[in-house]
Amino acid sequence: MTYITKPRLHHPLLQPNALGFTRRDYEGKVSTLCAGCGHDSISAAIIQAAYELDLPPHRLAKLSGIGCSSKTPDYFLGNSHGFNSVHGRMPSVLTGANAANRELIYLGVSGDGDSASIGLGQFAHSIRRSVNMTYIVENNGVYGLTKGQFSATSDPGSKSKRGVVNHDQSIDLVGLALQLGASFVARSFSGDKAQLVPLIKAAISHKGASFIDVISPCVQFNNHVGSTKSFDYVREHNAAMNRLDFIEPRAEITVDYAPGEVEVVKQHDGSILRLRKVAPDYDPTDKISAITHLQLHQMRGEVVTGLLYVEPDAADLHDHLHTVQTPLNQLDDAELIPGSLALDAINDSLR
Amino acid sequence: MEPTNTEAPEYFHKVVDCQWACPAHTPVPEYIRLIAEGRYSDAYMINWKSNVFPGILGRTCDRPCEPACRRGRVEAEPVAICRLKRVAADNKGDIAGRLPAPAKGGNGKRVALVGAGPASLTVARDLAPLGYELTIIDADPSPGGMIRSQIPRFRLPESVIDEEVGYITGLGMTVRQGERVESLKALLAEGYDAVFVGSGAPRGRELDIPGRQEAAANIHIGIDWLSSVSFGHVDRIGKRVIVLGGGNTAMDCCRTSRRLGGEDVKVIVRSGFDEMKASPWEKEDAMHEDIPILNFLVPKEFTHDGGRLTGVLFEKVAASYDEKGRRSLNPTGEPDVHYECDDVLVAVGQENAFPWIERDIGIEFDRWNMPVVSEATMGSTHPKVFFGGDAAFGPKNIIWAVAHGHEAATSIHKLCLGEDVADRPAPGVTLVSQKMGIHEWSYDNDISNDLRHRVPQRDKSEALGDVKLEVELGFDQRLGYAEAQRCLNCDAETVFTTPLCIECDACVDICPVDCITFTENGEEADLRERLKAPAHNLTQDLYVSPTLPTGRVMVKDEDVCLHCGLCAERCPTGAWDMRKFLLEMAHAEDVGPAPVRIAAE
Repeated sequence: MTYITKPRLHHPLLQPNALGFTRRDYEGKVSTLCAGCGHDSISAAIIQAAYELDLPPHRLAKLSGIGCSSKTPDYFLGNSHGFNSVHGRMPSVLTGANAANRELIYLGVSGDGDSASIGLGQFAHSIRRSVNMTYIVENNGVYGLTKGQFSATSDPGSKSKRGVVNHDQSIDLVGLALQLGASFVARSFSGDKAQLVPLIKAAISHKGASFIDVISPCVQFNNHVGSTKSFDYVREHNAAMNRLDFIEPRAEITVDYAPGEVEVVKQHDGSILRLRKVAPDYDPTDKISAITHLQLHQMRGEVVTGLLYVEPDAADLHDHLHTVQTPLNQLDDAELIPGSLALDAINDSLR
Repeated sequence: MEPTNTEAPEYFHKVVDCQWACPAHTPVPEYIRLIAEGRYSDAYMINWKSNVFPGILGRTCDRPCEPACRRGRVEAEPVAICRLKRVAADNKGDIAGRLPAPAKGGNGKRVALVGAGPASLTVARDLAPLGYELTIIDADPSPGGMIRSQIPRFRLPESVIDEEVGYITGLGMTVRQGERVESLKALLAEGYDAVFVGSGAPRGRELDIPGRQEAAANIHIGIDWLSSVSFGHVDRIGKRVIVLGGGNTAMDCCRTSRRLGGEDVKVIVRSGFDEMKASPWEKEDAMHEDIPILNFLVPKEFTHDGGRLTGVLFEKVAASYDEKGRRSLNPTGEPDVHYECDDVLVAVGQENAFPWIERDIGIEFDRWNMPVVSEATMGSTHPKVFFGGDAAFGPKNIIWAVAHGHEAATSIHKLCLGEDVADRPAPGVTLVSQKMGIHEWSYDNDISNDLRHRVPQRDKSEALGDVKLEVELGFDQRLGYAEAQRCLNCDAETVFTTPLCIECDACVDICPVDCITFTENGEEADLRERLKAPAHNLTQDLYVSPTLPTGRVMVKDEDVCLHCGLCAERCPTGAWDMRKFLLEMAHAEDVGPAPVRIAAE
């Protein structure tokens, strides 16, 4: 952390977005994480994405659990709604919030401990239910807040800072999310905002459960030789499948690419995901091939990044439950308590 | 781009915009911090060593530092550097014991100084402690030159002049007042080892238009009139006064007139208001005293009746610009305008005059009748004769005169030591880490959001009643502290050590002004457009690192860096560090072995 607040003065050329907010207006309090923490870069990417999407801050809710990653919502979007929940329970709280008010944009921020250990069940069910949210795991493969024990996402064979080798298998959150039916799955790296920012923008615009696993090196406890979540390791083994350009619904497409180099995916809100292919045979709309591809690259020790799977026209929790368009928390007594005649009618229909 | 060479002192010096812009290169942030700490005497002594007249300059400097101040590029106005200097002077303790002791025994060398203005006094300040036998010869009744004769007392009290001139004359020298040097040849014949000419630009430019002779009794040359007021020979003027000219002298003339009986005082200039030479704050002060400034009027004729001035006739003009942007003033064809007045003060420029320098003694003059003087050494074409101040390159200001004086003193000392005058001593440079703890720096990096504080002024009705009553009251200690806290500490340099960087982006993310970018290298013009915020201010350098492990380079645009140190606080490896850059110009006393330099790795 630092002892001073970030100065209010900003670059004179800082541009406001369509709402009249500059990027600085989307910031939160100054970070109290260790200097150099990858999580701070993810916060900066979220700030950049919200600014570029012209998001009204009061329309967004950020929810988190416990851990270094779960502290970060204090450091971005200082004018948005926030809920710092119990350890591992963020997905459930988010599901409840979403059920009550379907109109907000939900951003769940969690870590590998919060989502892959104590909260694994909650994580699984929120994905399985297709809650309309963006779920970001800031994955550093280590329990940083308790000084460096292996976490559930530490790769077998990787070494702790003190040289101990991890023998447990790791949980692959991306693989899990794919199997559980997330309709938008990506992996990125805190040290690559050019890749991360468009992914966050696309995930926020996506309807359904969007999951992004962001490898985020822990500078203090997991950035040494032998770690598979260090800056150097990720940079050396990063296998990007594609590069995403996020194009907003109203934007005009001006650049042409030769066929085969680019895949264009249109989402339900009209936004366009233009994927510049790095791996030519990778098709992010084919789940089976995506899973196969992932397994193959992971066996080679590569860290597969990019937009890994997208189902552009996915349905969400509210579609499945046939809830009314009006958010439940806005329904008044007359609508919520239709009276005994209505109850009789329902009971009659079941007889 | 090639990696930036931070070992050359110029690179970090340029980042300290105020110090770079100051002709005397006073270490501004260094003394501003001392003011904030309440160490006024220490702040004063830094100034005294560098610019010789802190109390005088703190009221009258042309402040080239302020337009350069980085604060002015991140918010509305720069730090009030000039008036902070006055805070140091006003609040200092007794500094007598900190002045150089008069030399013990002479070094056997004699130097004559022509004129007792800021340039000569600076030379004297530098040479007296080294044992020189100095003789200052000046035409005025008391020393100070234009500081005393041309700057009105309501801007600069006599006590301040006496004090700061006294610090110098007290170092031991002969001062011959009321004596005009009539022949440089004769002076040289007296066997001086060197002669310094600091005689200023003493002649006010004439305005030779019809009526000048006939109405001469009520038409005065501005600087001569100001001088007469200063020395008490003139104490009144007519009720209606027209001041012709748009420089700082014109502003002093009109404001002095308001105090000597002028009720309807106008400034009338040929050019446009915005192109006037006067400093913006001096124009503001004049207008505050109910003095209108009328522009685009060219004086055509002094009107008179029976040998008495009745007014001035003006032709109306408009500015037009040719394709090269050169301005010309053309008559609009409208009827001429006549303004009635009782007195006119002509302040349309100053000129040098060297009737007392013979043209056959080895001093070359150029086609404008100015001596040929080296900007580096202040030496003329005569090996023993040096120039400085307005006498060297025409009218400038006090701080330039001081800078010239320091260089000339260095040259004279080298000449007398038998060294090569052209070989200039390097400045003393240190670069020291300011890190005290994990998040602690030995400077206050928490940036104040205050806007520029205004200097309290005496009530107008009171101020106009007495020509000797100082208008500005100066910042008190509380305001001085608040204004000092606006300084960004640009001398706390961001120093980047490439091999330590792990490219985690922490510095990029925290920087409040988007200075830092990690990107592929390229040509400067291309790179400037690819940064996190485009670097359009070409006067500000890019700090480029050697290539990093990912093949990228770190590029920092120095332009609007707040020097808040957050990049260094958020850096996990210490690749960024805040180091205080202190550059002190070498003066005559530093001639000899080169000072030790500590530069960035």
